[in-house]
Amino acid sequence: MAEAEENTVLHIADIHKSFGGLHALSDVDLQVKEGTTHAIIGPNGAGKSTLLNVVIGRLIPDTGAVVFDGEVITGKTPHEINQAGVARVFQTPEIFSDLTVFDNVIVPILSKRDGSYKFNPMAKLSAQKEAHDEAMKLIADFGLKADDPSGSLSRGDKRRLELAMCLSQHPRLLLLDEPTAGMSRHDTNSTIELLKKIKEGGMTKVIIEHDMHVVFSLADRISVLAEGRIIADGTPEEVKANPVVQEAYLGG
Amino acid sequence: MTKKVLESELFIMLLFAGAVLTMPLWLAPIGAGYPDLMQKFAIFGLFAIGYNVLFGLTGYLSFGHAAFLGVGSYAAVWSFKLLSMNVLPAIFFSMIFSGIFAYMIGFVSLRRSGIYFSILTLAFAQMSYNLAYSVLTPITNGETGLQLTLNDPRILDAASSNGGALPSPTLFGLKMSGFEGFYFCAVLLIIGFFIALKISRSPFGLVLKGIKSNQTRMKFTGFNTRPYLITAFVISGMYAGLAGSLMAVTDPLAGAERMQWTASGEVVLMTILGGVGTLVGPVLGAGIIKYFENIFSAFNDRSLHEVLAFLPDGMENIVVTLVRPFVGEGWHLTLGVLFMLVIIFLPGGIMQGIDRIFGKSKKKKAAEAAAATARMGEEQHG
Repeated sequence: MAEAEENTVLHIADIHKSFGGLHALSDVDLQVKEGTTHAIIGPNGAGKSTLLNVVIGRLIPDTGAVVFDGEVITGKTPHEINQAGVARVFQTPEIFSDLTVFDNVIVPILSKRDGSYKFNPMAKLSAQKEAHDEAMKLIADFGLKADDPSGSLSRGDKRRLELAMCLSQHPRLLLLDEPTAGMSRHDTNSTIELLKKIKEGGMTKVIIEHDMHVVFSLADRISVLAEGRIIADGTPEEVKANPVVQEAYLGG
Repeated sequence: MTKKVLESELFIMLLFAGAVLTMPLWLAPIGAGYPDLMQKFAIFGLFAIGYNVLFGLTGYLSFGHAAFLGVGSYAAVWSFKLLSMNVLPAIFFSMIFSGIFAYMIGFVSLRRSGIYFSILTLAFAQMSYNLAYSVLTPITNGETGLQLTLNDPRILDAASSNGGALPSPTLFGLKMSGFEGFYFCAVLLIIGFFIALKISRSPFGLVLKGIKSNQTRMKFTGFNTRPYLITAFVISGMYAGLAGSLMAVTDPLAGAERMQWTASGEVVLMTILGGVGTLVGPVLGAGIIKYFENIFSAFNDRSLHEVLAFLPDGMENIVVTLVRPFVGEGWHLTLGVLFMLVIIFLPGGIMQGIDRIFGKSKKKKAAEAAAATARMGEEQHG
C-alpha cells in the first residue's frame, strides 16, 4: 500500500473487487488532494461506478481500504460515510420524486443538523427557521421553485436538484457520477459553470465523466481506468499526451 | 392567506373535533347515530390512523397489525382482572405491551422491505393467533377467550366487585357504556388524530416520507433508516394496542380471533379505501367499512321488502332478488364492489375524490400519483 501523501483527503488504497470471475477493480490506488477536482475517466465497464460504490459503502472491497480524512471507512454503512462528509450525485438522479423541491432540499439539511437519527415527532417542520432559510436560498441559487413536485421536473432539473441536495450538506468530498450525462450542450455548460463556482469554495470533488469537454474544463488531475486498472494518472496535459491512454480510450 | 388558515393545525383540529363530537347528530339520519356503532367508528378510526403512520408515511405494508390489537385487548382484560376496573391503567398497559410486542416483531420484520416485510408481519401475526389458541391458553384462555370472573383479585378496587354481578369498566366511577363510552373513545380519537397530525408535519415525519419515496437516497443522505422504521412501527403498534384496549373497554372480553389475518387485512382496506398517507382518509375508511358491516348486514328479505314496498309487486320481487346478494350475509360483496370502484377510479382513495370535487391542485395530485405509481413499479424490481 502506497503511503498517503500530504493533503490527501481520500485515499483509495490497493482496492481489489471481483464479481464471480470478473475482476472489476484490481490494485486500484488513488489519492485525492484537498480542494482539487479529480476526474476518473475510462471506457464503459472500466469499473468507474464500482469504484464510487466502494467509496460510499455500497460495496465492500475484497481487499484494500478506503481512507477518508485519515480514517478507514471501508466496512462502514452508507449513512455513516455520509455523516463523515461524503456526498454523492448518482448517474440517474436519486431524488425524492413524490416530495416537493423544498422537501427534497431540507431533508439533507436536517440530516446534517440532526445526525443519523433524531426522534422529534412533536417539532414543527415549518418552525425550523435556519434550515428553512438555507433551503430556500439554495433553491433560488439553483433556479428551482420550492413548491414544484420534484417528480415532474425535467431530467436536467432533477440533476440540478440532486446536486443542490448534496451541496446543502457542505460535504468535504463530493462524488459526481456523470453529472452531465443526457444534458443538452447548454445545460452542460451551465453545470460546468456551477461546478467551477463550487470549486472556488474549496470543496474536494471526484468526478466520473465521459464528456471530455467537461473533464478538461474542470479537472485538476485525471486518472484513467481501463479493465479495472489505473493505466494513467496525472495532470490533464500529461494524460492527454500519454500514448497508452490514447490507445485505450481517447481513440488516438 | 385563506390557504394558510385552512391548513393550520388549529383549524384542522377544530374541524375534526367538531365533526367527531357531533357524530350523534349527523349520523342519526343514516341510521348510524347509536353509541355502539359510533364507538366502533372511533376505535377502528384510531386503529387506521395508527396504521397509516406506518403504511402512509413509510410505505411499509404490514399484514400483521391485528396481532397488536389482540395484545392490547388481552393486556386490558388482564388489567381489569388483576388491578382495577378503571380504564386508564388498562389503556396504559395495553399500549406498553403492544409497543414492546411491536418492537420485537418490527425488529425482525424490518430487516426486509417490500413484499418480504409484508409476509414476515403476516407470519408473525398468524403465529401469535395460533399461539393464543393453543400454547398460551393460560394467558389467553384459548377458544373461550379471556373473560372477567367473580374470583379475579382486582387488587386496587376489590371492594367494587359486589352484589355477585360482574363489574363493568369505568372511568373513576363513570360507566363506559352508551354515550359515555362513545365520548370517551371520541376524545381518544381526537387526541390520536392530533398526534398523527403532529407526526406528519414534523421533521421526523418528513424523514419517514423520504424513506417511502427513496430509501436509497435517505441512506446516502446520512439517515440511519432502520431505527426510523422501527419507531414508526412501534408507534403504529401502540395505536393498535390502544384500539384493542378500547374494544375491551366496550366489552371486557378478549379472544384470539381478534388477531386473525382477516382483521389485519381489514385495516389495510380501511386505509386504502379512505386514502393512504392522508390524515382524515383512514378514519373515513374505517367509518365506511364499519357502517357497511353494521347497516348492510342487518338487511334480510323482510326488511328489503319493507324498504321497496313502494314498487309494483312484480318489480319489487325482481329488485329484491337482485339486491339480496349484496346485503345481509352478502355485505362483503357490496364492500368489494365499492373497494374496486374506488381503487380503479380513485387510486388515492376517497380523499382523492374529495380533493377532486373541491378542485384542489389537480395537476399536482396527478403528478404525485404518477410518481407514486412509477416508484411502486421500481420497487417491484429493486
